[in-house]
Formats: sequence, structure tokens, C-alpha cells
Amino acid sequence: MGKVIVVTSGKGGVGKTTSTAAIGAALAQAGQRVVIMDFDVGLRNLDLVMGAERRVVYDLINVIEGEAPLAQALIRDKQLENLFLLPASQTRDKDKLTPEGVEKVISALKKVFDWVICDSPAGIERGAILAMRNADAAIIVTNPEVSSVRDSDRIIGLLDTKTVKAEQGERLEKHLLINRYDAARAADGDMLNVDDVVDILSIPLLGIIPESVNILRASNIGSPVTLCESESGIARAFFDSARRLVGETVPIIVPEEKRGFFGKFFGRKAA
Amino acid sequence: MKILQFFRKRASANAARERLQVLLAHERASISGVDIVSVLREEILTVIGKHVQIDGRRVNIRMDRGMRVSTLGVDIEIPFDPGMRAA
Repeated sequence: MGKVIVVTSGKGGVGKTTSTAAIGAALAQAGQRVVIMDFDVGLRNLDLVMGAERRVVYDLINVIEGEAPLAQALIRDKQLENLFLLPASQTRDKDKLTPEGVEKVISALKKVFDWVICDSPAGIERGAILAMRNADAAIIVTNPEVSSVRDSDRIIGLLDTKTVKAEQGERLEKHLLINRYDAARAADGDMLNVDDVVDILSIPLLGIIPESVNILRASNIGSPVTLCESESGIARAFFDSARRLVGETVPIIVPEEKRGFFGKFFGRKAA
Repeated sequence: MKILQFFRKRASANAARERLQVLLAHERASISGVDIVSVLREEILTVIGKHVQIDGRRVNIRMDRGMRVSTLGVDIEIPFDPGMRAA
């Protein structure tokens, strides 16, 4: 039986979709069977980040409504044969996404895949609640910045009350993914550092993802950063996070993207 | 100048951390249960309203949330009216 993960944050623009793509791909690159699901009805983007936007025929709502079999709605990744995408609907009514429908689709996917990764929409409304509802574990994507940390705290509260696991009195595994971290600025005291964020949210740390130019390159060409820039610092950070998710013990290092000569020089000086 | 800048920078992440700690301590308490401040506000006004007439626009309620102690300041203007019931 596969494991269901929700990637969530409360706040928008913190990197849920790029993290879903990168971690999903990293798990698939390690040989796992992975499906990534977009829950952002009306504002889907996981298809675009994965470079599958021109291959979308059916979506999650089509499957829920019985208009397409699940197997037909799944889109196989261009490069990884064990990575699939289930897109959200761009045009349909959000209300068509029902708790029963979502549960049916997820339980069918769990039988086939090792990992079902749900990319949550921003906010704390229906779509976000449905994305988290059936999760076994959650990845909370947080930027080291006050509004993102506050919203993450709110989402953690909802994970503890609105999920099936919580309703059954079980504990939902929670993992903190600090995204867009700039080690030099944190060392300068100008950005919340990793300890601050972990301390405030008090959930275990899955990984630290550095601010990186490569993430924009990756979404520009429509390929997860772990595939198209697999040697970069940010890809390594995602690979490590994926390994921790599987249960491996990987020491947490504060990653830094390669800088130019001057960047390196000043970066060291500041630290 | 450089030293001053250094301290100014230090302050910004520290300020963020401290503000978040105070805010979240209160939000966690109010979201999981009831919003204690709004309940207090309603009940205080009801109790006082039983005895004296209150003009809703002349009521000023302030909440100051701190790490260890929070204060609730209630400032109610009671208009002078000779015919008013004795409190």
C-alpha cells in the first residue's frame, strides 16, 4: 500500500508545486513508483512545471465524475517511466471535487503506486482541506519569512484536526521543508535562520532548500530540478529530502548554491 | 558605520522571531478554542450595560499581547445623566 503525502503551506508562492515536482521526481529517480496529483482546481500548474501541459486530456474531476477511467487521466513523465501526473481541472466547478470522490481516487492510486503526492492549493479553503484529508504524512513548505511561518503554523493546526488520520485519533507525520533559504543572509541576521523556524513551528525538519536560479530554469523548460539540473545544490537538497522521506538518515547540511568568485568571497566573510 | 549596520541587521531576524513567537502563542490558543478576547469583550459590555447605559461608540477596548502577560484595557465612557439608574 502506497503512502499519501500532502505538500502544503497555507501561503501561496512559497514553492509547493516546484517542491512537489522535485521530490516526486527524486523519489521516482530512486526507483519508486510515484504519482503527483494537482488539487488546485482552476489554477493548475503542476502540469506546466512538469512540462506536460500539452498532454493533458482528462483531469481529476473527469475521473471523479466517471467521465474517464483513472488510467487514462494519468500522464506518464517524459523521462521517468515510473512517475505519473494526475492534473487538476482548469475549467470545471470546484464543487465537483468531493471528499468521497477524492478518497476513491486516492485509494485506487495507493494500490498501484508507492507514493501519492498531493500538491495542495494555497489557502485554507475546501481545495486545501481536500488535498490534506487522506494524507498519511504532510510536507509543510515554509519560507524563512514571517507571513509564511505564520500560515504554516495555521496549516499545522488544520492537519491536526481536518484529516482522516486526525479524526481517527492517529498522529499525522509532519515534515518541515524550508524553501528559498539564503544561508548568507541568515548568517547576517537578516533572515530567520533554520533553528528559528524549526523552533517556532516545532516539527521535524525534512530539508533545507536553498534559494536558486536553477528552479526558474527548471520551470522554464518544464522539468523537475532534480532531473534537469541534477548536479546543482538545490537538486542535492531535494534528493536528500526525498531520502529522509523514505526513512534514511541523511545528515542535514545547510546548502548553498554555487556562487561566483565574489559571491563566495563575500559569502564566507559574512558567515 | 559598519558596526551599526551589523546590529541593525541582527535585529531584523530577531524581531521576526520574537514577533512570531508572541503572535503564534496567542493564535494557537484562540484558534483551537474560542477567541477569549471577543468573549470577554461581549460579556463585559453586557454586564455593564445592565446597570448603566453605554454608547457603543464611546467604548475603547485594547489588548496588549505579551509573551508572559497580556493586558486587556477597557475604557468605557459613561455619560452623565441625572435620571439614570444608580449602579
